[in-house]
Amino acid sequence: MSAPVLWIFLPIFLAGILLLVRNQKVIALIASLLTFILTLAGWFLPIDTAIKIGALDFKVASSVDILGRHLILNSSSSSLLTLLFGSATIWFAITPLLKTPRRVVPLGLVIIALMVAALAVEPFLYAALLIEMSVLISIPMLEVPSQKPAKGALRFLIFQTLALPFILFSGWLLVGIEANPGGIGLVQPAAILIGFGFAFLLAIFPFHSWIPLMAEESSPYTVGYILWIFPTVTLFFGLGFLDHYTWLREAPALGTILKTVGLIMIVSGGFLAAFQNQLGRIMGYAVIMETGVSILTLTLGGIAGMNIFLMLFIPRLLCLVLWAMSLTILKGHSSTLLLRDVRSTGRFYPYATTGITLATLALAGMPLLAGFPPHFALWEGLASTSLTVVFWVLLGNLGLIICGLRVLITFATAPKGTRWESRESPVQRIVLVVGFLALFSLGLFPHWAQSLWTRLPGIFAHLGN
Amino acid sequence: MESILNWIALVIALVTSITLLLHRDWRWGLGLLAIQYLAVFWLVQITLPVSMSTAKLVSGWMACVVLGIAHLTTIPKSDNIDSWPQGRIFRIFTAGIIMAATFALALRASTWLGIILPAAWGGLLLVGMGLLNLGINSQHFRVILGLLTLLAGFEILYAAVESSTLVAALLSAVTLGLALAGAYFMVSPGEEKQ
Repeated sequence: MSAPVLWIFLPIFLAGILLLVRNQKVIALIASLLTFILTLAGWFLPIDTAIKIGALDFKVASSVDILGRHLILNSSSSSLLTLLFGSATIWFAITPLLKTPRRVVPLGLVIIALMVAALAVEPFLYAALLIEMSVLISIPMLEVPSQKPAKGALRFLIFQTLALPFILFSGWLLVGIEANPGGIGLVQPAAILIGFGFAFLLAIFPFHSWIPLMAEESSPYTVGYILWIFPTVTLFFGLGFLDHYTWLREAPALGTILKTVGLIMIVSGGFLAAFQNQLGRIMGYAVIMETGVSILTLTLGGIAGMNIFLMLFIPRLLCLVLWAMSLTILKGHSSTLLLRDVRSTGRFYPYATTGITLATLALAGMPLLAGFPPHFALWEGLASTSLTVVFWVLLGNLGLIICGLRVLITFATAPKGTRWESRESPVQRIVLVVGFLALFSLGLFPHWAQSLWTRLPGIFAHLGN
Repeated sequence: MESILNWIALVIALVTSITLLLHRDWRWGLGLLAIQYLAVFWLVQITLPVSMSTAKLVSGWMACVVLGIAHLTTIPKSDNIDSWPQGRIFRIFTAGIIMAATFALALRASTWLGIILPAAWGGLLLVGMGLLNLGINSQHFRVILGLLTLLAGFEILYAAVESSTLVAALLSAVTLGLALAGAYFMVSPGEEKQ
């Protein structure tokens, strides 16, 4: 038994079987169980260490060789595996409560396995190919039944495919630089290629147009999942670059570039969200903002920046799950999710509308909510070097807060005499309330989640120290 | 003799990519793409073993077959563009610019990557034509043809710097995946309902 077989090949194999099952509840149950077991395995099972249970001796090997290359998941990866599979458990367990196509869970399982493979493959630059395969697998997930797959999914495919040549070629140049440190002439083209590659992968302005389009057209829950997994894994992949190449990590221009890119994403995301009239698009712009926030944390440098980067992981997951679930419930009332069509829905869907409002405000860094502690730490860190940067960050956050208030007013505005009722199912209500409590709990007691990410910096040999 | 064949492969890549841009009939499109993969095969086998370049050829042809079958099952639609013949002139003009630009780039790239000029030009030309296809088309089928052309060009260039079997296998899988995604885009409406 080896770790890649357990966390990569087993989910893919099971997903293949689940594609044949017709009952959605069974699919969700089996997938959630598997991901939960893999979460526990990530937490408790030591990799590359002999384990003795009674008379049985065994060891989970860390690597598997495929066609001359390696997939390696060692003990430092186990915390990341726990977080990824734990998050997937939440995503999959909720699907029976929503009207999502059957294939979403099996394909979601394949995507998470491919993403783990992307983080495990050596040389790690081949991750670009595995990310591209995940993109291709996600296309059937984004299809809306009875409707043609629209522009967003196609643009997503185009931009992510365009990233592939840039990342792979940059890899070749980076190997050249590593082998010949005197080859300064290669540094600039390599940096440009990496920049373009990640601009496409992370939907950095101006390559961000697929996010709002896809969020508007496709099922909110599927889009939420895609917008959670792809930026998260790509950010870890990007950190892998910084960790691996000293010249890149220590490049004088890196801080300025990351700061500029992060600020552009935060300000443009917040500003555009404030003027949106479609709830799905607002979620899309909030994700763009959140990616910008993650990029900005890297400019703080050292373990402090890394800690804030990792602290953002769980609030983002909670907000996106809550937001995507609430939007999916609301879509049953209004298929367009335009603000004019969801007026006064707060009276009929009080839990779902509260979920959307809280998720928006939490991602904007509102006090008492889960997003506040990492955002506050970021503002504090940035303020020690530049107040101007903090001003722009707060301006972006203000855009999202204004958007949240607009949405809240739309939900709450109702003709006089409209009765309060709840059209969500009892189970949906319970899950949403658990989500609200989690958002408030992590806002008030952020250290509760600390144990989930404190071991994560160990993945990076240089950045984590 | 081999040198002549390299140039012939380049000419095939050039003609097929330009004709792909101009022809609106899907049968022609797929036929041209299949021929284009022959040129890709030849230009890749200069640097990679024949077995690996054959894998690229086969995956390319399989992609054509997948797209063809998907097209046969969809309702035929008019592929005419509104702006013809101006559109055609514009396409020829932009294709000419790309030819010139990629030739200039290929002169440097061939030294940089350590490959012969026809391979460097062929790769860059296909990348450029693929990008042009992506830029001027919004139909799913045409966009997928553009992406496949772009990827084929990239594969010619990347073969010069990376000979890993895993990469070749994954790139072939991506080629097939793109074709399947394209087929899915074309045939998906109402395919599965909750």
